[in-house]
Amino acid sequence: MATLKLEIVTPEAKIYSEDVDMVTLPGVEGEMGIYPMHIPLMTEIASGEVCARKAGQDHYLAVGSGFVEITGERVAILTDMAIKADDIDEAKAEEARKRAEARLAEKLGDDEHATVQAALLHSMAQLKVKRRNRV
Amino acid sequence: MASTRDIRRRIKSVKNTAQITKAMQMVASAKMRKAQLAALAGRPYAQLMNEVLAAATAGAGEFSHPLMEKRPVKRRALIVITTDKGLCGALNTNLLREVSRYDGTTLFICAGKKGAQFVSRLKRDLAAEFTYRDTPAFAEARTISRFAQELFLEGKVDQVDVAYNNFISTLTQRPEVRTLLPLGEIKKLDADLSGESQGEALLPSEAKEYLFEPGAPAVLGNLLPHYLNYQVFQFLQEAKASEHSARMVAMKNATDNAKQIIKDLTLEYNKMRQASITNELLEITTAQMALG
Repeated sequence: MATLKLEIVTPEAKIYSEDVDMVTLPGVEGEMGIYPMHIPLMTEIASGEVCARKAGQDHYLAVGSGFVEITGERVAILTDMAIKADDIDEAKAEEARKRAEARLAEKLGDDEHATVQAALLHSMAQLKVKRRNRV
Repeated sequence: MASTRDIRRRIKSVKNTAQITKAMQMVASAKMRKAQLAALAGRPYAQLMNEVLAAATAGAGEFSHPLMEKRPVKRRALIVITTDKGLCGALNTNLLREVSRYDGTTLFICAGKKGAQFVSRLKRDLAAEFTYRDTPAFAEARTISRFAQELFLEGKVDQVDVAYNNFISTLTQRPEVRTLLPLGEIKKLDADLSGESQGEALLPSEAKEYLFEPGAPAVLGNLLPHYLNYQVFQFLQEAKASEHSARMVAMKNATDNAKQIIKDLTLEYNKMRQASITNELLEITTAQMALG
């Protein structure tokens, strides 16, 4: 069976690069599932969770917003954050979420607001992935 | 001629200087390693981003974006990326020599204090001065890049160039000027620190027809500014890596020179000491001979 090469990179490092059977992405216009032989597609993703199915097993990752390039044999995700479910520290993420929420309540400049908003989304994505994994 | 006490004093002061330069050298080399690693770690991202963008612009067909608009160049802007501090050899001087070739109408955007000082000394047009930290943050690059994009989009300038020190190796940093805007063809970023040209073949030559979701203008509209931000980010990283390695080398030279001076002075001091001892001995023996 054909496989997809899933690559996830951030400015800091290459987080994930493996052959998988299927990928689910948090697209800006809703979740989408990508199978091998998908038509070439270019899209944006929102902060959320990426699910990679490999040999019947689902692997979850938390990602920030970014861009995705999809070809028949490859899914390339460019994002500002990506963490594997196992590497997420729940307590830390929860704390980050609270901190970001508290900061959002203050009056901030446009730029700063966007940064804090992004941080909030990041921590929420991490929490979502972590909690789903436990159930 | 200097007395032995003077020489002793000088040796002490040179020793102090050597200690300081040695410390700076160690700090710079630690920072250099960090900066190099950071620049290296960003390589896959840069490469992928280039591939994606090259594919996207090729696959988008008849598409143009305000950031890609080519106009007759009446006024340029130049982003000058220098260091904040000196003591890094000829690094800034070499870069600013390139910068001084730009004519009087150029609008300058400076990152780093040295560039800003240079521009104000020449009484040129300084549009903005930005700072960036030892480990450049993406947010800092974004601010600079956004400012340049706004200037370009408002039509205040028709071209934006960047002057920065490209990190080639610990011993060589080359001042380089690149055009940031208008966005032309997407070329391979010089992401590689070692200068090897990998990834060139990865650029898709055949144009694939891409589907865009939500739509080509929307996706590319977000991707292009992000690409520019990232490019500026990378320039900052290169500049930092250059700065630290240049400082390390400059400080190493300074330390070596100080050591040489200490050696010479010590030799002179010992000669003098010996001469005075010989003198004293002579005096004693002559006095004894006179008495006896």
